[in-house]
Amino acid sequence: MNSRTYMMQGNVAVAEGAIDAGCRFYAGYPITPSSEIAEHLSKRLPAIGGKFIQMEDEIAAMGAVIGASVAGVKSLTATSGPGFSLKQENIGYASLAEVPVVIVNVMRGGPSTGLPTLPSQGDVMQARWGTHGDHPIIALVPASVRETYDMTIQAFNWSEKYRTPVILLLDEIIGHVHEKVTLPDPDELQIFNRKKPSVPPEEYLPYKADESLIPEMAAFGDGYRYHITGLIHDETGFPTNNAEKIAEMMDRLNSKLLKYEHEIIQVEETDTGDAEIGIVAYGSSARSARTAMRKAREEGIKVGMLRIQTLWPFPVDKIYEFGKKVKEIVVPELNLGQIAHEVEHAIQDRFRVHRVNKVNGEPIHPDEILNKIRGLK
Amino acid sequence: MDYFKYLRKDKFPHIWCAGCGDGIVLKAIIRALDNLKIEKNQVAMVSGIGCSSRTPGYVDFYTLHTTHGRAIAFATGIKMAKPELHVIVVTGDGDATAIGGNHLIHAARRNINMTVLIYNNHIYGMTGGQVSPATPMGDFATTAPFSAVENNFAIAELCAAAGASFVARSTVYHSNFLAKIIERAIEKRGFSVVEIMTPCPTAYGKINKKGTGEQMILDQKNLAVRIEKAQTMSPEELKNKIIIGTLVDRELPEYINTYEKIMSQAQRM
Repeated sequence: MNSRTYMMQGNVAVAEGAIDAGCRFYAGYPITPSSEIAEHLSKRLPAIGGKFIQMEDEIAAMGAVIGASVAGVKSLTATSGPGFSLKQENIGYASLAEVPVVIVNVMRGGPSTGLPTLPSQGDVMQARWGTHGDHPIIALVPASVRETYDMTIQAFNWSEKYRTPVILLLDEIIGHVHEKVTLPDPDELQIFNRKKPSVPPEEYLPYKADESLIPEMAAFGDGYRYHITGLIHDETGFPTNNAEKIAEMMDRLNSKLLKYEHEIIQVEETDTGDAEIGIVAYGSSARSARTAMRKAREEGIKVGMLRIQTLWPFPVDKIYEFGKKVKEIVVPELNLGQIAHEVEHAIQDRFRVHRVNKVNGEPIHPDEILNKIRGLK
Repeated sequence: MDYFKYLRKDKFPHIWCAGCGDGIVLKAIIRALDNLKIEKNQVAMVSGIGCSSRTPGYVDFYTLHTTHGRAIAFATGIKMAKPELHVIVVTGDGDATAIGGNHLIHAARRNINMTVLIYNNHIYGMTGGQVSPATPMGDFATTAPFSAVENNFAIAELCAAAGASFVARSTVYHSNFLAKIIERAIEKRGFSVVEIMTPCPTAYGKINKKGTGEQMILDQKNLAVRIEKAQTMSPEELKNKIIIGTLVDRELPEYINTYEKIMSQAQRM
C-alpha cells in the first residue's frame, strides 16, 4: 500500500493539497464548518518552514494572504458563508491587482449566520459576483475528498498561472466527510509557479502583458520596486483616469481567463451517450445525483449526468451541447435554483430545466432526484 | 542629503492641498531612513485609503496601496513572508482608527515588528471633510453640521494600551523631532506607532475657522507640550494641548521572533 493512503476529511485534504502545491502561508479566522483547515495548517505549516496566523477577522485574513503573496509566498485562506461575505472587498482587490491567492469557502446554510453546521450550496453566485465591479474569477467545486485535494492543487496552479484569486467551493458535506484516499507522490505533481520578470528592474512594467495576457510578477523584496494599487491602473501600476488606458486595462483583465477557458473549464460526463434525461449537478448534490442516476437506469430510464467541476467561468458550451443531446434536464442543488438559471441560459432557454432544491439543512436524498426523473418519463 | 534618491519624481506634483502637512511627514520619513542608512530595496510601504495613504505612490520602495482600513492586515502578510523587509504603514485617523481600528489594536497586541505612521488631521479629508473618530467633540464637519457629538480617540494612548512596543506623538511643526521619532520607531523591534498631528486646512481648518495651513502649523507650536512637562500639569492646564514625545518605549516579545521559535520547535518534533 502506498504510504500516502489515509482516511481523510475534505477539510484536511484542502490543507494537504495546499502544502503539496507549495502554499507556505495561511491566514484565517475561526468559522464552522471550515475550521479544521486552519487547525491542520497551524500544526503543519511551521513544521515545514511555513507560517500560520489567526487574524482578528476575516477581512484581515484576506488582506494578509494578499500581502504574503505580493511578497512571493503562495497563500491560502479558508472560511464559510459569513466570512466569505466579509472577504469580498479584498477578493476584488486581488482580482484587480492580479495577486494569486486561493480562498476556500466551505458552504453552510445562509443567509446571515444561517445554519452553521449544515450543508448548503447557497454561495455559488456570490463566488462569481460577490465583490463589486466586473472582474475575472475562477471557482472550482469538488465532490469527493480526493477531488478536494486535487482541486486545491489546481486552484494554486491556476491562481499562479493566471494571476487571479481562485475560489474553492466545498460544502459542509465535502468538508467533513471522511474517505479513504491515496495521495500522489508530491514529486510527481505538476506545480506551476508565477512567471518572474524576464527583464531587469529598470525595464520592468508590472502590468504589461505579452500575448499571454498575464503580466510577469515580481515579489516585494526581490529588487523590483514597484507600485500596486486597488485603483484602476495602467501598465506601470500607477492609477490612471485616462479613458483609453482604463479600457485597455479592464479589457485585458476581463478577457484573460476567456483566453484559457478551454483549459480552465472542466466537467465530468457520466452515461451521457444515450441519455434522454440529463442531470447537471455539482459538489455533494452530484453524489446524490449519481445514486439517483444508477437507480433510474435500473428502471430502464436513460439518464446521464454532467457534473460541473469548474463552476466559474461557467461551462456554457459544454452545457449547451449536453442540452442538445437530452430532452430534459434536472438540476439538483442545495439552494433555490442559482445554477439552474445559468443552465437555462446556457441552453439558450430552449426549455425550462427541472429543479430539485433544498434549503432546510438536509442533503438532497437520491430518491428526491429519482422521483423528479420518474415524473418526467 | 539627496531627497530625490527616495522619490518617484515623475509622479509629482502630488495630490496634497496647499498647507497640508503630509509633505512634511514625507520629508521626515526620508530623513529617518537616510539616517538609518536603510536601502530602498529593504523597505515596503503599505497604505490604506485617504490623503496620507497616497504617500506610497511618491516613494521609490516596494509600495502597496490597499483597501480602506486594511493596510496593517496586508502589511502583516508581507512582514511574515519577508521578515527582512522594513515594513512601514502610512495611514490616517479615519483609515487607522475607524474602519481599520480592529487591525490597529490587534497588530499592537500581537506586537509585530512594523512601523505605523498615523497622520491625524481630525477629519476625512479625501472624501471632503466628514467627521472622524479623531474629530474633537464640538468641532464641525460636513457630517457634523451642528458639531461633533462623539468623544474622540486618543490614538497614541490607545496604541500604548493595546500593547505596542513603541508609541510616540509629534506634530509636523516639530519636523526635526518628527524625523527623529520616526527613526526610533523604525529601529524599534516591535510594533511602533507614531501619531502625527498634521493640518488639513481644506476640509477641517476652513469649517472650523482655524486659518491657513501655515497658521494651523504655527498653532501646533503653541499647543504642543512635551510629555515630560505634561506629567507635571493638571488636566485643566492640558485641555486642548497636544502632548508630544515618547509615550512608551519598552521591550516586549515580538511576534515574528516568537513565531520563528515556534517554527524551530515544530521542526524538531
